[in-house]
Amino acid sequence: MITVLHEQSEIVCAKARADGDELWMGAQDLAAATGWSMKPEGLCRGDACLPVPRDRVEDYIKGDMLNATAFWRRMQHPIVHDAAGELWVLGTGATDRSSALKSLAAPNFALPDLAGATHTLAEQRGRKVLLATWASW
Amino acid sequence: MWQSLHASLQERNFTVVTVAMDEPEAARPWIELAKPTYPCLIDRNHHVAELYNLVNVPQATWIDEQGRIVRPPENAGSSDAFRRMDRTTMQMSPEQIAERNRTKQTYVAAVHDWVLKGSASEFAYDAATIRARLRLPDDTVARAHAHFRLAQSLLKHAKREEAAINFAEASRLHPDSWTIWRQAAEKDATGLATGPEFWARVDALGDRPYHRPIEMKGLREGDA
Repeated sequence: MITVLHEQSEIVCAKARADGDELWMGAQDLAAATGWSMKPEGLCRGDACLPVPRDRVEDYIKGDMLNATAFWRRMQHPIVHDAAGELWVLGTGATDRSSALKSLAAPNFALPDLAGATHTLAEQRGRKVLLATWASW
Repeated sequence: MWQSLHASLQERNFTVVTVAMDEPEAARPWIELAKPTYPCLIDRNHHVAELYNLVNVPQATWIDEQGRIVRPPENAGSSDAFRRMDRTTMQMSPEQIAERNRTKQTYVAAVHDWVLKGSASEFAYDAATIRARLRLPDDTVARAHAHFRLAQSLLKHAKREEAAINFAEASRLHPDSWTIWRQAAEKDATGLATGPEFWARVDALGDRPYHRPIEMKGLREGDA
């Protein structure tokens, strides 16, 4: 079974196949894992769409399977995997991270406390926040 | 430190939110000792480090009521005095302790000033200043975070050797990141990554800072 890690989510994919450095996923799995889904315009998430090059469709789409690696490379996002091809990180590239920071809107996140309850930055809206990191090491 | 800051500014429409770049069980004893009344979050995958392009702890970001950045991520009042401590006794001299306390107190006083005065505080930056002081990642940093995420996942699957390979690659790609390096490093019995390799890596900085000094009245001028 192939597990796909993207942002804070971790999804075990029923329909995924590793082929060396290429990861083919069912369209529904890719959408569940990353929020990117196939539309007539191409692979889309929110307002953004990545068209599929018409002369190389088969590099990106084979039946109901999508080549996540090919899409990720085109978007200049990093993609790394373990030796067995069972754990795949569909990362986020620096352009996206930088744009988010340059907007000056503090990037939101959801993380657990020790009791396992999830907290977001957004839930503090209306208060000033000192967001501080630390570690035991 | 953060609990006393949070308590002293209660009912001022302010909260501390801490994020531990740590495994939950490593963070637990410290959180239980602090008895915090603010959210103490656990981020073993260092997701917030990736979002905010963080490289060390403690780094803090000031965020206003509308969720906008007021001061970009920066050293939250730590000093490099520890680099001069006696490494055999792990004791700091009174002078080093005084320097460490002074930088912390200066930072905490600035937070107080901002909480009370908001955007009128001299410590609150305007948009142009924030953008000038933001440190932005490049694609090698993004790739480093992907390798780190993979390494943490491999640890959960008990694949320690392959995790180590990915931690090493993450550090190779992002050598400025102490959070990646120290999270991956061997820990002593108290959970500290302060063995000989740590000191060697700190000394290799030479004149470069471990905790990047920030521009703030009362602290050394930053090298922004």
